[in-house]
Amino acid sequence: MESGYTITFAALGSQFLVGLSRAMILFIVSSGMSLVLGVLRVPNVAHGSLYMIGAFAAFSISSLFGGGSTGFWLALVFAPLVVALISFVAERSLFRHLYEREHLMLLLFTFALMLILGDLVKMFWGADYRSIMAPEMFQGAVPIFGSPFPKYNLFLLGVGPLVAVLLWLFITKTKIGKISRAAAVDMEMVGAIGINVSWVFAFAFVLGCLLAGLGGALVSPTVSITLGMDHDIIMEAFLIVAIGGLGNMWGALVGSLIFGLTQSFGVLFWPQFAIVFPYAAVVIVLTWRPKGILKSVW
Amino acid sequence: MRVLSKDFFNLRSLGPIIALLVVLVILPSIIPRFYIYILAVIFMTALLAMSLNMVVGHGGLFQFHHGAFYGVGAYTAALMLTKTSLPMWLGFVAGPFMAAFVGLLIGMFCVRLTKLYFGMLQISLGSLVWAIAFRWYSFTGGDDGIHGIPLPSLISSTKGAYYFGLILLILCVTVIYLIFKSPFGATLQAIRDNPERCEAIGINVRRHQLIAIVIATFFAGVAGVLFVVVEGSVFPDLLFWVFSLELFIMCLLGGWFTFAGPILGAAIMISLRTFVGIYTEYWTLILGIILILLIFFLPEGVWGYLLEKFGFQRKKLLEKEGQ
Repeated sequence: MESGYTITFAALGSQFLVGLSRAMILFIVSSGMSLVLGVLRVPNVAHGSLYMIGAFAAFSISSLFGGGSTGFWLALVFAPLVVALISFVAERSLFRHLYEREHLMLLLFTFALMLILGDLVKMFWGADYRSIMAPEMFQGAVPIFGSPFPKYNLFLLGVGPLVAVLLWLFITKTKIGKISRAAAVDMEMVGAIGINVSWVFAFAFVLGCLLAGLGGALVSPTVSITLGMDHDIIMEAFLIVAIGGLGNMWGALVGSLIFGLTQSFGVLFWPQFAIVFPYAAVVIVLTWRPKGILKSVW
Repeated sequence: MRVLSKDFFNLRSLGPIIALLVVLVILPSIIPRFYIYILAVIFMTALLAMSLNMVVGHGGLFQFHHGAFYGVGAYTAALMLTKTSLPMWLGFVAGPFMAAFVGLLIGMFCVRLTKLYFGMLQISLGSLVWAIAFRWYSFTGGDDGIHGIPLPSLISSTKGAYYFGLILLILCVTVIYLIFKSPFGATLQAIRDNPERCEAIGINVRRHQLIAIVIATFFAGVAGVLFVVVEGSVFPDLLFWVFSLELFIMCLLGGWFTFAGPILGAAIMISLRTFVGIYTEYWTLILGIILILLIFFLPEGVWGYLLEKFGFQRKKLLEKEGQ
């Protein structure tokens, strides 16, 4: 494109798809944050770090298996599990002792976790830029709206709804999902009928972090994996859950779509300050509905 | 919640405070330049932490992105000094006012919400300010920031910056103390402890909170100007949200519900960062571990802990006298 002034329908269409595939990643990450917010009522500041660890772990696993298709698929499965393991250890060893305390302490704990994990990533992987290749079947691009669209983004467009449906089934149809939802609404009552609330919290926390890791693994072929990728995503996830309604999974989806699309259209209109558009959208939404578009769970 | 800070400026504490001030006035003529600089940084950060604690500790608001206003103050002063030919003092005055203005704008959105929503909205709006400073190369210098800011000769030396910082810190802390002791300060603490009740007896909670935010952001702007004086440069890291959370830790470290705690917290943090930074590049790892230790073992902060211990001893003395 020569300049931002000749905006054609094709350009709008392809930006729409780009925004949509970005929204899928944002949804996977922010639905995890939303889950933790809904059940534990604390924004997990370390969520972005876990996303970053997911991407770095995907890099290590895929290069362990030679960097081919097998490596990629194994990375996609095992990187989120690595992240889940890390969060499980942090939760059971330290975090769970704070559930009785003020919420601010929980929040500050996740901040401490972010600081520690950030430096541990620096120790293990260093400050270099890393990248991994998408599997061969998703390399290259297909023409859509007259402009090339990466095949991998099409894959993301499929994965996003799949994760949404799985998460929805999990939360509404399984017993542990139902307990988590109940705990989000009335934790004391859940405890009163003899359910170990601490383990429900652990489950929600680890599942939320697993989604962060999955987001990191999924995004890894499209970006350069580096320190500092945690800061951008955490801010975006914060905003998405705030405009969607804290703790509401579908709110996270709506928020991700708003965020991803305003961002990608913003690039078209004003490249240097594309970042301003999603923030402006957030301000408008929160002025209109201070508690988010959809009902928050608490 | 207890207020552990009933008498900060009473007659008994006046002695140690004056002694400390005398030491601080004499100190620059005996210690090396590097330490003078570190002390000046501590003054600046202490002022910033004090202003944050006004809304966090006394007001009970989740002011998660205080650094944004500090950065606005610093950038305003720096831009006025480098880009305009207006008198220098005008830049120094404009910094705090601009910070308070941005505080008012962001605060107006935030006070409509409570607790976590408040914090998250503020962190995002503050990040927008950061993004503008970071991206707008032609105006703010982008991620390079602005360097070599011309300063009046009186305060351009390290010693000059030190005394300038000390005077500003004393002035501002006195004003913050007077506000803290005023009916307004009492109302603010009442709102922190029970907002519903305050609303019920006819206090305009939101307006009080907004005024507190504007005052606190004004002092954050003063700290920002001080940063320009001490460092002679500005960069977008000042407005980064991680730094704001670090400020939060300083308040926690010193003690939320004490008056002077944040000063102590800032002093400890800056000293640690300076001296630990010499030995390791993993400062944030150590910061994280300190934070976890604080959360688990010293949630009332160093100053709060000392006050509690001290208060306990006084009570014991009184009991003895009673016998």
